[in-house]
Amino acid sequence: MMQEKVAPAPSASGTSSTLLALRGVGKVFSNGVTALSDVDLTIREGDFLSLLGPSGCGKSTALRLIAGLSTPTSGVLDWRGGGSLDRSNIGFVFQEPTLLPWANVFDNVWLPLRLKGISRAKATPAITEMLARVHLTGFEDAVPRELSGGMKMRVSIARAMVTKPRVLLMDEPFAALDEITRFKLNNDLLELWQDERFTVVFVTHSVFESVFLSNRVVIMAARPGRVFDELAIEATYPRDEAFRTSPDYAALCRQASDVLVKAINATAGTHHDGH
Amino acid sequence: MTAIDERVLELDPEEARRVRQERFERIGRWVLPLAIMILAIWLWDRICVWNEIPQYILPRPGVVLWTLYNDAGLLFSSLLVTLRITFLSLALAVIGGVGLAVLFAQSKWVEMSFFPFAIVLQVTPIVAIFPLINIYVNDQTTKLLLCAWIVAFFPILSNTTLGLNSVDRNLRDMFKLNGATRWQQLRYLRLPAAMPYFLGGLKIAGGLSLIGAVVAEFVAGTTGQSSGLASRIIEAGYRLNAPRLFAALFLISLTGILIFLVLSLISHLILRRWHESALKQER
Repeated sequence: MMQEKVAPAPSASGTSSTLLALRGVGKVFSNGVTALSDVDLTIREGDFLSLLGPSGCGKSTALRLIAGLSTPTSGVLDWRGGGSLDRSNIGFVFQEPTLLPWANVFDNVWLPLRLKGISRAKATPAITEMLARVHLTGFEDAVPRELSGGMKMRVSIARAMVTKPRVLLMDEPFAALDEITRFKLNNDLLELWQDERFTVVFVTHSVFESVFLSNRVVIMAARPGRVFDELAIEATYPRDEAFRTSPDYAALCRQASDVLVKAINATAGTHHDGH
Repeated sequence: MTAIDERVLELDPEEARRVRQERFERIGRWVLPLAIMILAIWLWDRICVWNEIPQYILPRPGVVLWTLYNDAGLLFSSLLVTLRITFLSLALAVIGGVGLAVLFAQSKWVEMSFFPFAIVLQVTPIVAIFPLINIYVNDQTTKLLLCAWIVAFFPILSNTTLGLNSVDRNLRDMFKLNGATRWQQLRYLRLPAAMPYFLGGLKIAGGLSLIGAVVAEFVAGTTGQSSGLASRIIEAGYRLNAPRLFAALFLISLTGILIFLVLSLISHLILRRWHESALKQER
């Protein structure tokens, strides 16, 4: 156990290959707001990377740029391993569950496959397996309004993962959930990630969540949105409830929190200077 | 059993009052309008008797019912004619309204260009347009259909257009991320999302197509030979046959109510599992 604790998380080691490099990426909206300015960020294969920052720091904008839902004003997104990544290799989980309210759980998870022309019969094994992974077996016929907030989010995750994407982008997925549900979903998400070893970019405004989940926490500052600092969270996986209450975790949270406060102050300073 | 009874007894005055009120509301919803209706019919009957009003001015309700029974053959064959126009025009309104809405949804430009024409068609009184239709269209059924269609299609068009355009932003992004084609987006996202709006428009259009059919028959009845309920009413009016007039009127309102109820039921069946409007109040 002790040896494992000393060793850094496997994906945090420098040997993993670069998946995506953002170089000098900026985004200016037509209303003149600079959402992102000169962002340099390297995402490695198998990373669980959190983007942490106050509202208005451009973390959601960064995620949308990575997803290809928006194009940068300046700079480049360099997808290693062959130009731009195919969109079918990206899973996206929104802040709201964003399910089709008229379709049941099965059909909601089927949707990405259905859009690729995969029939219900052919898709069924993948859907059944995915629903089992997010602990929703037996809820296939339920419609979203019959589910709790946490269960809806599980469906949303299952839908994002059913295509076996290499990158999972998550935009404050658990922000609207109560703490008990959030902890449970955190654990389940980590379990999924350790089994499949996909890459996660996770946007959050919670220090505790980012430290618990990630091997890298990128702290961002606002006005203009930019990368402020980065922390490596060198605690081993699997992380469980014991880690959540450990002094190590508390120390790491304090460290991240200190950096976040600096980032917020930097924002306030910029704001003050600007007026 | 006793445990449950005790619990009922344990209710504090406020809760007990609420339970009582809920019970009254449940019963009152049916009993009150029914009672008022019966009272009104009774009063109508009494007014006729007390004032010795002759039958050709205001027939007693019993006489109207008797006429409905006696003239059933004539009245119901006319009703069938009116119903045919009503349902055909409603069907055409659904096809036209949804078809145009889907067309509008393809591009903002198309919608901006053509929607004003739909509004012009809607706000111009049908009675004023009819003389023109009368000149250009020869076939009687086509005339009536066109009239009823113009009245009925707009709510479907306008509601469905609204529905197709009110899709959740994130869902749209989700479809985009998964590389959905235009057709897939329409089929799996926009049309289902527009369903509650369309059904709302359909409920309005159902009543309007009946009104459109009757109005069209009225206007046409003065110029040509039509055999719908409206012409029965005109005919009865000329002959001072007030009981038949009332009987025909009764049939028209009954038809309107039935159309509304059927469309409400259809709407409920389609939306009951997922849409807020069809859900039972739980609090």
